[in-house]
Amino acid sequence: MINARKSRLALAVGVAVAATLALAGCGSSNPLDEPTGSAGGDAGGDTVVVGSQAYFSNEIVAEIYAQALENDGFTVERKFNVGQRDAYMPEVESGAIDLFPEYTGNLLEYLDKDATATSPDDVYAALQKALPDGLTALDYAQASDQDTYTVTKKFADENGLTSIADLSKLTTKPVLGGAPELEQRPYGPAGAKDVYGVDLDFSATGESTLESLLAGQVQVADIYTAAPAFKTEDIVALKDPKNMILASNIVPIASSDLADKIAEVIDPISAALSAEDLVDMNVQSTVDQASAKDIAAKWLKDKGLI
Amino acid sequence: MNLFADALAWLFSPDRLQGQYALPVLLGQHLLYTVISVAVAAAIALPAGWLIGHTGKGREIAVAISGAARAVPSFGLLVLLVLLLGVLRTPLAAVITFVLLAIPSLLAGAYTGFEAIDRRTVDAARAVGMTEWQIFTKVELPLGMPLLVGGIRSALLQVIATVTIAAYVNLGGLGWPIIQGIPLRRFDQVLAGALLVAVLALIVDLLLAIAQRAVVPAGIRSARPASDSGRRRGSHRAASAAA
Repeated sequence: MINARKSRLALAVGVAVAATLALAGCGSSNPLDEPTGSAGGDAGGDTVVVGSQAYFSNEIVAEIYAQALENDGFTVERKFNVGQRDAYMPEVESGAIDLFPEYTGNLLEYLDKDATATSPDDVYAALQKALPDGLTALDYAQASDQDTYTVTKKFADENGLTSIADLSKLTTKPVLGGAPELEQRPYGPAGAKDVYGVDLDFSATGESTLESLLAGQVQVADIYTAAPAFKTEDIVALKDPKNMILASNIVPIASSDLADKIAEVIDPISAALSAEDLVDMNVQSTVDQASAKDIAAKWLKDKGLI
Repeated sequence: MNLFADALAWLFSPDRLQGQYALPVLLGQHLLYTVISVAVAAAIALPAGWLIGHTGKGREIAVAISGAARAVPSFGLLVLLVLLLGVLRTPLAAVITFVLLAIPSLLAGAYTGFEAIDRRTVDAARAVGMTEWQIFTKVELPLGMPLLVGGIRSALLQVIATVTIAAYVNLGGLGWPIIQGIPLRRFDQVLAGALLVAVLALIVDLLLAIAQRAVVPAGIRSARPASDSGRRRGSHRAASAAA
């Protein structure tokens, strides 16, 4: 039975727990904030630290940068597969990584939650403003890895769909599948309603979005533009003439003090990297299981950049 | 107070009652998966546990299997099953994962409940002429109830906490604010989701703690003046150990 001593102990524990909970909220609103401004990295000499996300496609582009820089006489240190933005942004900001392939739109979303730019040029301009002082965005490439409203070719042909606005032709309300956060994005169901007058249901298909689209569980799916599926499956992205969807082109993010030196090598790469090239390279990686090193070397040779 | 206050503001905003991710809907989904999974796990684990407890055989195997099942990481298993079974059978994959999670506690609750009963009580029942089935239903089940409810309590809590991952495979539940809030970097939403799961777990735990008390058979419940019959003390110990 609970006696007086035990109940006093329970009360004390309860108060301690409540106090801890309350104090825990006494931090900033962003528990993932890193203290910025730690000592700069090794920007001395001709060593460039190139990083990449934990994403095979991003690693291929980073490898292209690395090989081009090595070809130009730089010493390159590779720090690939660092992880998601929350993990690697502090490293990039502190200068521990000098060059990083990023995506204009997604990075802008990360740095400035309330950004409204959607066209490639607007997004790039907004990104340049939003970047912290130590970082510079070099020229962006045509290649992109942005959201789409994609349907199967069969579905598009059966219903005469070419652009997102055509979705209002459908007699049953289509379901849009994508990552969970798409539901709240300005280019999600709410955006489709605002910009194109299209009503959509939402299903948070996440990692299995492509599978769900092909299985018919969802009619429209958010398949990223660089996905190998555009070459390997019969799917087609609906056109977005009103630029509802946030453009997200490949952009090299460099430490400001190295930016000028690096730009001479990297800008020609960005100029040559087309959307089709990126999809092809992704197909080589996933279907042919080629290594990033080989894919990068082949592309650089084909483009005459090495 | 910053983040905590934001989380509460998010929680009590009227938007939470609208749309396909309204809080009552998420709560309903969460409870549905919990109850179904624990019910299926009980249908598997309780008869097995009772058999082990009643016959005294097979205990080591049960402990070994429970131990192994506890070590399986639920999130990994869920993703694996969704990959194997396909996207159209995600609910099945989720239920299998949660059932596997619930079985060890239920199994343990069932057989330890029976093992804690004084053998002399069971012998006496046999001596009096009860059949095995009568011993099971009239002696062992009632006396084993407190520990069984303890096992159900433990299983329910683990499953409630784990059903949060169902949101990762598009099955809703109270994990949704967390799964959506992280990529959106809305940490008030993430904290609110976590708080919801914690509060639900605490409420269920409280209800079951009350149930665990209530389920002690009347005959051994009250603190008798300790008459030195070892049998009564034994049963009383079992009951108070469970309380």
